[in-house]
Parts: sequence; structure tokens; C-alpha cells
Amino acid sequence: MSEILIKNANVCDPAQGINCETMDICIKDGKIVESVSANAKVIDAEGRLTMAGGFDGHTHSAGKINVGRFINPNDARKNLVPGLSGQVARTEKTRAQVGYNTPNTYAIGYRYAKLGYTTICEAAIPLLAARHTHEEFKEIPILDKMGLSLFGSNWQVMEYIRDKEPEKLAAYVAWGLRASRGYGVKIVNPGGGEAWGWGKNVSGLYDPVPNFDVTPAEILMGLAEVNERLQLPHSVHVHCNNLGKPGNYATTIETMKLFEKVKPSRDRQALHVTHVQFNAYAGTSWRDFETGAPMVADYVNGADHMTFDLGQVIFGPAVTMTADGPVEYANARMLHEKWSNQDIELEDASGVVPLFYSPKSFVNAVQWAIGLELALLVKDPWKIMFTTDSPNGGSFVNYPEAFTYLMSAKRREEVISGFSKMALDRMVLPGIDRELDFYELAVMTRSTQSKMYSRPEKGNLKAGSDADIAIYDILPGQIDPSIEYAKVKKAFSGAAYTLKDGEIVVKNGEIEATPKGKIYWVNAKVPSAIDSAMQKDIDVKFKKYYTVSKANYMVEDMYLQKPVEIATEGVF
Amino acid sequence: MPVVKDAVCSLCGSLCDDITVTVEDNKITKIENACILGHSKFVGMLEHDRIETPMIRKDGELVPVSYEEAIEAAAKILVNSRRTLSYGWCSTSCETVSGAIQLAEETGSVIDSTANVCHGPTALAAQEKGAPSATLGEIKNRADVIIFWGCNPVHAHPRHMVRYSSFSKGLFTEKGRKGRKMIVVDVRKTDTAKLADSYVEIEQGSDLLLVTALRSIVNGHEDVIPETVAGVPKAEVIALAETLKNAKFVCIFFGMGVTQSRSKYKNGDAMSSLISDLNQHTKAVMIGMRGHYNVTGFGQVATWETGFPMAIDFARGYPYYNPGETGANDLLVREEPDAAIIAAADAGAHFPQKAVRHLARIPVIQIDPYPNPTTEIADVVFPAAVVGIEAEGTAYRMDAISLRMKKLIESKFKTDEEIVKDLTAKIRELKRGA
Repeated sequence: MSEILIKNANVCDPAQGINCETMDICIKDGKIVESVSANAKVIDAEGRLTMAGGFDGHTHSAGKINVGRFINPNDARKNLVPGLSGQVARTEKTRAQVGYNTPNTYAIGYRYAKLGYTTICEAAIPLLAARHTHEEFKEIPILDKMGLSLFGSNWQVMEYIRDKEPEKLAAYVAWGLRASRGYGVKIVNPGGGEAWGWGKNVSGLYDPVPNFDVTPAEILMGLAEVNERLQLPHSVHVHCNNLGKPGNYATTIETMKLFEKVKPSRDRQALHVTHVQFNAYAGTSWRDFETGAPMVADYVNGADHMTFDLGQVIFGPAVTMTADGPVEYANARMLHEKWSNQDIELEDASGVVPLFYSPKSFVNAVQWAIGLELALLVKDPWKIMFTTDSPNGGSFVNYPEAFTYLMSAKRREEVISGFSKMALDRMVLPGIDRELDFYELAVMTRSTQSKMYSRPEKGNLKAGSDADIAIYDILPGQIDPSIEYAKVKKAFSGAAYTLKDGEIVVKNGEIEATPKGKIYWVNAKVPSAIDSAMQKDIDVKFKKYYTVSKANYMVEDMYLQKPVEIATEGVF
Repeated sequence: MPVVKDAVCSLCGSLCDDITVTVEDNKITKIENACILGHSKFVGMLEHDRIETPMIRKDGELVPVSYEEAIEAAAKILVNSRRTLSYGWCSTSCETVSGAIQLAEETGSVIDSTANVCHGPTALAAQEKGAPSATLGEIKNRADVIIFWGCNPVHAHPRHMVRYSSFSKGLFTEKGRKGRKMIVVDVRKTDTAKLADSYVEIEQGSDLLLVTALRSIVNGHEDVIPETVAGVPKAEVIALAETLKNAKFVCIFFGMGVTQSRSKYKNGDAMSSLISDLNQHTKAVMIGMRGHYNVTGFGQVATWETGFPMAIDFARGYPYYNPGETGANDLLVREEPDAAIIAAADAGAHFPQKAVRHLARIPVIQIDPYPNPTTEIADVVFPAAVVGIEAEGTAYRMDAISLRMKKLIESKFKTDEEIVKDLTAKIRELKRGA
């Protein structure tokens, strides 16, 4: 039985409405409790900022990232954020580390922990390749992990939607989550992955998918319906059609509107739209490209059925990786970059392309501004999850830098001063003076995630919650983040303490211990008659079309490290 | 009698996962669905000599010892080595590879895989131009034009054409072979070429010329093509380019004829560019015909654990990668290693003479189920269970799909995974003692 008492913590815990108040936190056996005995080990926080462990709800950290590593060995040596990137020799406590955008698995665990983050959600698991994702999860130390399974261009999904068989569709989604040990339903460019099987794409919500006679809108609605029928802990997680194209903000708003009629089965959003920065572009071409963030933010401010994340851009090298195959091919052709592609039979597409965001490029400058505009123009931080869609917009190790953009108008001005006039004409950021406080930042990096993934034991410091805690070297009353942003960045770059399940894993910005994290996956129950009927259909798929047998498709228990099965009851 | 269905065949990179195996009295008595190569591997357990016991070389002769003694001897070699080469790890599980990487990290070794003499240039090509690929089922279900370039699946991957490519049938390829055009590009008329609709015979070492010419035509620069390219008449080259452009879905499968002939990685680099250009007109992908059943897995595990797919040097404490400098043969030809550990691969048979000569001079530790030329120069030999038959574990198919290999029968031999673990533990113990 281990007990810890964190004294004099300046607690910022939006889930409880606590805004930088000094108090003690008690920990017993890895959980936060009301009180501890006098034998508890004492950590004196000395009035420093204390939050629940950070929760990155959309990151590419296992699976596809390996293609990024593979084609970019040069990334291993990049050390753009000293202490959080580059080559680091092994120590008695830690394995050897490399990389910046595509660090090796060990570095991912250590570096997130240094930022005070304790949970991550891998943004895209192809069902057929899910075992690979879990193999990488096993080698990411410290962090708790979960992942979203891809369903948006899946043959069986499209056929059930076309044939109006929502019950079988629900059974299939439940089975797919079980097969891949996924946590939720990810939809990437619905229908676009299948079109990419023929080198084509879909152009919008009502452009039928070749050979399947369904539209992206029908795929979205069909999956949303079963997502709620299965009472999944997360809503559908949508990467909209037309990503990366000027004018796509209209598709994005149209997609959001589509979900107004979806009734969530749990106390959470009905829709999560991901990396909206890439989907909030106005204009008709790259010549007249401009921000579409005000239109999107305007819609989101009036909507209460959805959440979104930013996909903030960080200047410098990035590696784009997505199941949106056609986008990656277009990127590679436009940028004359190397191009990797991996289409997954019967299921989806994917691609990986490195790129460089330059403040001198007006397009990149506007992209940078759009992420921040979205964060600052949307009034309610509970609708927003902070992400860079790591490493698509930039590596997660830049989060502290990005926090300063959100907290300091002065810091933003500094960056903006380097932009061309053309760039300035295409953005609204210079006119925005809002600065987030620690409370709002905690909402975007912890509380929203807890709520949107229905993980009440994460992202807050309530009694009963996991003792995942970050203490940063900031005295909230004695710092002005809008001026002292350098201090803010430094503090968030290396937590004074990070605790994972009550164990000190980071102290003074250095790794102290490397326990193994948990894996969350969802097991949704479906009536056996419906399940059997569905199994017959997929048996045909395996017999005729897959190159892997059904028995070898399912991710075996042995691949899950410390699994936590989240059971839900489907409503039929 | 137990019948195991859906067993994964641990022979080649096709990793067929539909094998039915009958086991009686801990012996495999019947194998269904496997090709002749896979079949031989499954029955090889009975028909071939195994390394029967751990051995240490004393006075020039390998003499039987216990596993413990062998572990002790191997650990001493590694602890006393200043520059260890760890090589192979491709006919074994990903779990073993992971252990081998940790061992290399802790001993500051260089670790490399059989890709060093095989598809290593494919990795370099991907690092130059990317790897536009797909899973094999995409080919099965969609491809109407398939090229086998510098590879001979009839002999090297016997079920490939039935399960995944030429003869397979899928949703959009119901007619199978009849609905497909199969093309072979090679320097000799192989048995695969005999099955093709068209065979393009090129001069040895001229792959890059032909790929470049195809790119030129695909990109609309037919006029720059000379009368013959790589020994192929211009008209034939143009016809080939047109076939590719007019296809619905193209896949180029390529083998060591491309990666290990003149121009090496430049061939793959150009082929990747050709695939990218073809996607302006149609859908096209490329897939390397990987040989060892888990050489792809080595690359995957090494990449997520170290950032690099092969030729990883831990001398600095962190992974350093510079193929040409840190590849297994680069080191051996420079006579740099003072000890080597070779597992699940046969450097003795497959490396150039100069490299093998150096191996013969230094202490070599071998882990393998079967004796092979490497055994002849090994100083400590560990017999191992055969992964996929006597031991379970993960392997990656040539298209980077991972599968769980089953343990079908019991073995008296330790698994690769256990041997590596024991060795690492012993080294830690010796280091602590020092």
C-alpha cells in the first residue's frame, strides 16, 4: 500500500471548477483519495501549478508512424527541441532515444511524460494491421494508450449502409473494435479510401463511392447511428472530406450540421471533428487561399452537439501521415516530396509524406494562424481539444511552444511580425487579443478529453480518479503568461513532477521510472442472433476477398499490455 | 488427433496463414495447403539433422555442453568484445528481434539483418523516394496488370501467384488470371516468365535504364527514347508503358534482380518515381518480394525501437545509422568486429569471401535450429526451437501485415527468444560482477 501526499499544490482542475487554488492532494494505491495516513510520502509542490496528467486525444504514435520513421531516417538526428528530441544514449533507467517528428517508441513515452502527459489516443488503427499498432503500444513506456479503429471506407460497412442493415452494421462495428482492440470509431475522408483504391477521391458529402452506391454522408450517418446504438464511450471521430483543399470549410460545416440530428447515447458529444485547421480553408485555389476559421468558429459557437481538435501547425519540419490516401499523393506531387502509400484491402487507404512549414510561405503562415484562430474564436474551451495532430501539424514536443501562442498575444505578434503582407491579408489572427489562462489550457489539454472519451478517471483530480498528475514549475499568482511566455514554455517542457498511477515517473524534467501503461479497448455487446448473421457475411469476405484468415485477423490477448476492457451494452 | 487450422507458414515472405497441420504424438503427420517449400519446412523437423545440443569449440572441435555453459561462454565473448556484430534475426519472431535489439543496445553492438545482402537497397530507395505500396489483398481484388520484375515467385514464393497475385480472384477481379495481364521483366526466361502474357528480357544490370525510359514515356517524352533501351526495342518499351498507363490497377512486384544488380537502390528509387508518375494516369503500387519469412518484421521492430530498419550501430549509446558504413558486410570487410553473434540466418553461406574470412578469425556465436556453413566457423552454438512450428511469435508478411505464428509441437530446444533473454541476463550479471 503506497501513499503520497502532495502538499501546497496550486491546483487547476476544471472538472471540479477549481481554478488555481492551493490545496493538498492525497494518493493511495495509484488513485486520488480524500485522505492519507501520516505515513504517506510527502511531495511539497511549493505552490506550483498542478494539473491532472495531460491527455493527447489525437496523435499518430503507433502503427503508421513507423512508415514515417522508415522513410525519414534523417528525422532521427533532428534535435530542434533540446531535451525533447534528437539522439539520447541509453541510461540505467531509459532505453536509447532518437527522433523529433517520428521518435522511437521509447522516446514517445518518455517525452510525453516529461510534458506532464500520461494518456494518448492513437488516431488511426487499420483493422487488418491492428496487431502492429498494439506491438508498438507495448514498447511505449509509462503512458496509458487507446486507439481509434478505421471504418470509413470499409466494404462491409458500406454494404450494410447501402443495404439498410443497421443492426448488422452495429454488430460489425462491435466485432471490428474487438478484432482490433480499438476504443472508438474513426472515419477518415468517408468513402475516399475506397475511391483511392482506383486512384480517385470523393469530392464531398454527396459524391457516391465508386462501386458501392453509398455517399460519404450516408457512411457518416450510418456509423453515427451504430456508434450511439452501441453506446460507445467516444462519439464518431471524423476527419472530413476534402481535407487540405481551399474552400473546404464549407464541407466541414456541412458535415457538422449533418450531426445535429444525431442523439448521443451518453453524456458526451455526438461528433468529434479532428484537426479542423486542415479543414477550415476558404478561397477557391492556392492563389486566393485564406482562412475559413471565422466561419467554422461561428458555426461551432452556435452548436452544442460537437467537439473538435485543432491540428495546430508548428513551423519547421513535420511528417504528414493519414488514412487519407489521396491527400498524401497530392501532397507528394505538389511538394515534389517522397511518397509512401499503404492501402489496406477491403478497409482503407493511407499515406505518409514529410513536409516543411515555413513562416515565409503565405499558405503555411495562414495555416498556422487558422489553428490559433479556431482556438481563440471558439468561446467555450470545453468544445476544444488541443492537438497538433502530431506529427502532421508538428511534433507533440512543441506543445509548450504552442501553449505560449494561446496564452500570449505578444508572443503571437512576435511570430506574426515575420509574415508577408499577403499572409496577413488572409488571416484574422492579428485582430484577436484573447489570451487563454491556465484554467482554459487545462480544459483543452485534459478536461475535454476526459469528457469526450467518457473516461471520468482521467484528466481530473477528483477522489477516485487515477493519480496521473503533473506539477509544473509555475507559481500561477506570480506569473503573467502574456509577458513571461518563455517561463511558461520552459515549465511545460519539463514537468517538475509527473506522476503516473501514483508513481513518480518524472522529476525535475528527467525520467525517474518507466512503468508500463494500460491499454483501453471497448467490448460492445450485441445480441448473439445478430452477431451470428453478421459473422456469416464476413465469413464470405474472408473466404473470397481477404488474404488473411479470420482466425488470424483478431488481435490476440497476448498483445495487450495491462488491458482494460470497457464493456458497453448495445441497444437493439 | 489434434488438427491445427490457419497455421502460419514460416518459410517465405508470403507468410501463408491457411495451413492445416495434423499432429500425432507430438509429430507433424499431415500438412495441407502448404507449397513444396513450406511442406519441406514443416516435415524438415523429422527429415533433416538438427543441431542436437549446445556446443563450444574446444581445440578446434565443437563439443557438446549444457545451455548454461554455452550461455556463460557466449556472454563472456560479448562482454570482452569491443566491437560486436549482431547479424541475421530474420527467420525468427519479432519478439526475438526485440530482445536482440535490447542486447545490441546494452552491449554497444552493431545489429543488422539479412536485408544487408537482400532488400537493403529497397529501404534506401524508400528513404529517397518513399514506398508507394498496398496490402496483398489490394492486388488480389483490384490489379489487372501485374509485373514481376527481377523475381521468380514460381520457385521463391510458390503460392504467391495463387493467393495474392496472378491467379487470385477478388471482388473486381472475378476472372482471375484470364482478366489480368501478367508481365515479367528479367534477364533470363524464368519459370515465372513462362507463365506470363509478355516477357521483357533485358540486359543484365540495365533495369534503371528501362525504368527511366518508362517514366519518360508515361510523362509524355516518348521522343527522347533511343531505338533500344536495355536491349529492348523502343516499340516494345512504348507498348509496355501504354499497358501500364491504360491499366485500372498496376502492381510491380520486384525482387533481388532489381535490388542487388547494378545501380542497386537507384533502381528502387526510379521505380518508386515511376509508380508516382503512373498514378497521374491510373492506380499503381509496388511491393518488394521479401525472402525470409520475417525479414520484414526485423525492419518493422528495428524501426520502432531504434528509428532505423537495419545497420544500426549502438557504439555511441544511441542508434546510429549509416548503411555503407554500419552494414554487416561493411564492418566485416573492414575487419572491424572482434566478435559476432549470428542468429536465424547464415552468413557463412551468403556473405562474400572476405567477410566470411574475417568471421572465421573472430569468436562467433550462432543461434539456429540447423547446422549450416556458419556452424563451421562458430565457437559457441545454440540449437533453437523452430519458430512457427516449435515456438510461437509474431512475423510480418512482405506487405507489412503482422501475423501470429503458432506453436504446433513441443520441443526440447529453447526458443530464440529465451536464448537471447538468458544471454542478456548473464551479460548483466557479468557486468555487475565487474
